[in-house]
Amino acid sequence: MKLLTHNMLTSHVKGVTKGYPLLIKATEVKVNEVEFNPQFVCRMIPKLEWSALVKAADDLGHRQDLPAELEPDYEKNEDLLKKVHRALLEVEVVEGSLQCPESGREFPISKGIPNMLLNEDEV
Amino acid sequence: MLISHDLIVLGGKMCIVYSSNPHTHSASVSLQSPFVCLDGLSEEDVRWVMARSVCAKSAFELWGHGRTCAELQTSLSSYPSENMGPFMHKGSTYKINVYTFNKTLLFADRIKKIDALEFLPFEGSVSLKSPEHIFCLLEDYGTDPNNIPEHPDYMYFGRWIADGQRELIRSHSVKNRHFIGNTSMDAGLSFIMANHAKVHENHLVFDPFVGTGSLLVACSHFGAYVCGTDIDYNTIHGKGRSSRKNHMWRGPDENIRANLRQYGTERMYVDVMVSDASKSVWRKAALFDAIITDPPYGIRESTRRTGSHKDITKPLDVMYVESHVPVSQAYHLSDIFTDLLNFSAEHLVIGGRLVYWLPVYRPEYCDEVVPLHPCLRLISNCEQTLSSHTSRRLITMEKIKDPEELDSLAHLSDPRFSPYQGHNAFRQKYFSGLNKKSSKEDIKVDINGE
Repeated sequence: MKLLTHNMLTSHVKGVTKGYPLLIKATEVKVNEVEFNPQFVCRMIPKLEWSALVKAADDLGHRQDLPAELEPDYEKNEDLLKKVHRALLEVEVVEGSLQCPESGREFPISKGIPNMLLNEDEV
Repeated sequence: MLISHDLIVLGGKMCIVYSSNPHTHSASVSLQSPFVCLDGLSEEDVRWVMARSVCAKSAFELWGHGRTCAELQTSLSSYPSENMGPFMHKGSTYKINVYTFNKTLLFADRIKKIDALEFLPFEGSVSLKSPEHIFCLLEDYGTDPNNIPEHPDYMYFGRWIADGQRELIRSHSVKNRHFIGNTSMDAGLSFIMANHAKVHENHLVFDPFVGTGSLLVACSHFGAYVCGTDIDYNTIHGKGRSSRKNHMWRGPDENIRANLRQYGTERMYVDVMVSDASKSVWRKAALFDAIITDPPYGIRESTRRTGSHKDITKPLDVMYVESHVPVSQAYHLSDIFTDLLNFSAEHLVIGGRLVYWLPVYRPEYCDEVVPLHPCLRLISNCEQTLSSHTSRRLITMEKIKDPEELDSLAHLSDPRFSPYQGHNAFRQKYFSGLNKKSSKEDIKVDINGE
């Protein structure tokens, strides 16, 4: 699971109102090289919850100086864009789980794939 | 849109002949002819279309046309010579091809036809290997292979501009793809869907019924970053029984990511997840530039969602028990589309498109059956016949506004949503003509057939 995806996921456990962001509990993390595409990064940044991205990267030990706040002129800062690119697309959680911050319910991640299915009694 | 609509019906190859006359956009499209004549386009417009179209075979700038050689010659003489000049001047190189539709010509006859064009003011020299300009004589011998006329019904002469992307149908054929399933979308249709969705470089595209990822493969080819979900754990993980003849189980390199890797677009892979499309896991925001999907019809793959027991679950694959979905509630077809439209209204960017297949029972179909949503504008509705009583329709919608609280309730009272309820019986109707025992199909794809 990449942090771009994580940034957009929320807990859908019944009754939960503060289900975002999901807490990442990783037992295996990988970093893959992915071709840097500044245009894509610039298109994604406005869609992100920036603090959630920083926290997630930090929790995984891959924050790499991502600033706590996003500067307004980020489009021109190639250094920053490369760091964002790395966090969004190159860091992957291979094994672990995503935890709902309100209910504590965990969604397992196996071989990089989260399983977001709820059980019959949770629906 | 006009072109791809007609060609889903034709299912075929097409030659575009266009002129740069400054008329308003118009097209003459005969469903029987492989030729389409368009006005009011520039060369740049045409190149742009041909770079994306998998329906169009070739595009030519029309210089002359007619039913006979005499008419063609007259037509060519009235083509402005200042438009010909840039491509025929001394020092340029060219060659002339002859394309005959629905007829095979002897080589000698082709040469005769090229020689008959001698009256054209070519000043450059012929280069068969690497000409700067290619010209074509296109002859239409009709569409009946059992009744080929001696002389062409119609002739066109033009300057070749570009070929379409039909090669993608072969290069991305499901026959050669690492990872396939019973219902993998064929390459041609996948690319058509990506075009309907106006998928572009740097887009983020989502498929909520991703299966084996055929639609994501096509979108990644056009430069979009892709993600998908499916309720079936085994399909997402690339496990379970193979859909190929002669193969029992899927191998380790059979999954969606491997498919993208096969075509060199792994860098466009974002994520896939096991998830129930009726229970969104995404935060409320306009996240996706396009949503492209082929929802289950309830025939080959069952329609499922998580919920309380009502149906009997099918026997589990012994090897993958721990992975099995806690699923058993039947997902009514009309609910799938209501959920899909609501999801799209919520999560598409403004101007973003939803493209999906709607299964239809033909004897009862009317346009009112197509689901609507106040935030989505219906762009197109193209039918592909599956059998005498069933078809599927490729529906394209575009998001025009963000949903307010009221909208998700308002549409329920819209009478347009109830007609599709009748289609819940789609599965029963599909099988009404078949052996009732085979309601759970287990079809292996014959890899020699598409």
